[in-house]
Amino acid sequence: MSAALRLVDLTVSYDRHPAVHHVSAEIPAAEMTAIVGPNGAGKSTLLKALLGLAPRIEGRIECSARRIAYLPQQAEIDRSFPISVLDTVLLGRWSRFGAFGGAGRVDVHDAHHAIESVGLGGFERRPIDTLSVGQFQRVLFARLLLQDADLVLLDEPFAAIDSKTVADLMDVIRRWRSEQRTVIAVLHDLDQVRRDFPNSLLLARELVDSGPTARVLSAENLLRARAMAEAWDEQAGACEVPLRRTA
Amino acid sequence: MIYDLLIAPFADFGFMKRALVASLCLAVGGSSIGVFLILRRMSLMGDALAHALLPGAALGFLLGGLSLPAMSLGGFLAGITTALVSGAIARFTSMREDASFAAAYLTALALGVLIVSLRGSAVDLMNILFGAILAVDRTALLLVAGTTTLTLAGLAAIYRPLVVECFNPGFLAAMGVRGALYHSLFLGLAVLNMVAAFQALGTLMALGLMLLPAVAASFWAREVWSMTAIAAPMAFLSGAIGLLVSFHAGLPSGPLIVLMASLFFLASLVFGTRASVRARLSHPLHLRG
Repeated sequence: MSAALRLVDLTVSYDRHPAVHHVSAEIPAAEMTAIVGPNGAGKSTLLKALLGLAPRIEGRIECSARRIAYLPQQAEIDRSFPISVLDTVLLGRWSRFGAFGGAGRVDVHDAHHAIESVGLGGFERRPIDTLSVGQFQRVLFARLLLQDADLVLLDEPFAAIDSKTVADLMDVIRRWRSEQRTVIAVLHDLDQVRRDFPNSLLLARELVDSGPTARVLSAENLLRARAMAEAWDEQAGACEVPLRRTA
Repeated sequence: MIYDLLIAPFADFGFMKRALVASLCLAVGGSSIGVFLILRRMSLMGDALAHALLPGAALGFLLGGLSLPAMSLGGFLAGITTALVSGAIARFTSMREDASFAAAYLTALALGVLIVSLRGSAVDLMNILFGAILAVDRTALLLVAGTTTLTLAGLAAIYRPLVVECFNPGFLAAMGVRGALYHSLFLGLAVLNMVAAFQALGTLMALGLMLLPAVAASFWAREVWSMTAIAAPMAFLSGAIGLLVSFHAGLPSGPLIVLMASLFFLASLVFGTRASVRARLSHPLHLRG
């Protein structure tokens, strides 16, 4: 199994406080990997770092993906903005038409198809402020479908979403895997991770463990993760001796 | 009778004609800027920015007297500087952008009034603060028309990144687009429009024709383009009606134009089709699904 991503001694800091601390791990290609950990464990920060959006990175990220698609947490989106479902989904083709080009007939056709396949057929003209949280998440998944990426990053895709929608969207995610795409999702529902995600990475600012989910999510590991995440030391001195962990 | 009331003032007097054309230009360019200011939740920040033109315009006044090019250039430079400096302060410190804008504009306003008082009279100060649309001459008209042309072309060019920057900045960043660049270009266009509106309406009310129609339009429309399409005619009508009332009643035109825009706002607030008072109070049957 080849690696889609290799993190080599990765540290990401805000204000010099590391949010992700000396993490080394491999994430397998064409597989579904869950990133798990307590709040403040650096999960979203890790995704931002993979996208190249983190403020300060030490260490290395080796990524073989050609194109990365990213599902942000919904709080990062202004859902009251006057834009239609179709226009939102069409943005998934940004890499084709960029800031200035026009969307072609193929793009519009594909967008309709994507909207249909997430179960929102007929919603194309609806403004996004009339949608429920679950419906809007479906819109964002349709946009991901249009991005045609080989690496898909999902930040808490199922927060505040009902079980029917979760089931439908999980179908989309499984389809991505069958199409040989790599999926990495930040998740909180451990039962769901155990059920649906063969691979996990348990993070508590430092890496607790990564690999097959059954091993990573052991009771002992989860306990360690919780204990490790709670330390934010105002008086912390500079980290001089790099602490190396192997996955 | 109707001719005397509505047409004659514009047909007979050159200054009224120029004022009408100026308000048409300001309406078309400014209201689209206003729509974006509202969508970016920057309406008050835009207002602060308009006040910040004052020290630049005052400096232009100090050096060049009541010369429009000097004052406009000064105002534009002051506005851009304020926007960039307060943006930078907000990025490099933990201060919120609205707070740093407020700090910058209060400083600017005080500085501006002080500079004008060094040389000018109270009348000059009044003109700079509240404008004189009836004094719009050929040069001013060219400036306003040029600004509108540049605004429409500029907004059309940066439309898509600007919209995405408004509602989902993270997506734009993930696409490798520098949202800050488009934000700055937009602020540049906004400042340009404030400078253009400055002679007509003064630094204190420059945003009147931009924001009020845009806010009013948000009670009627729910796409960016339709909001603009509704805001622009409202802005122009405010200008035309304001000028007529000011002509017949012998009252200052700037405040009347802004008040007309306020009337459009109030009417939309009450009668608009979405989120208005009427929509709140009426109880139509709910739909089946």
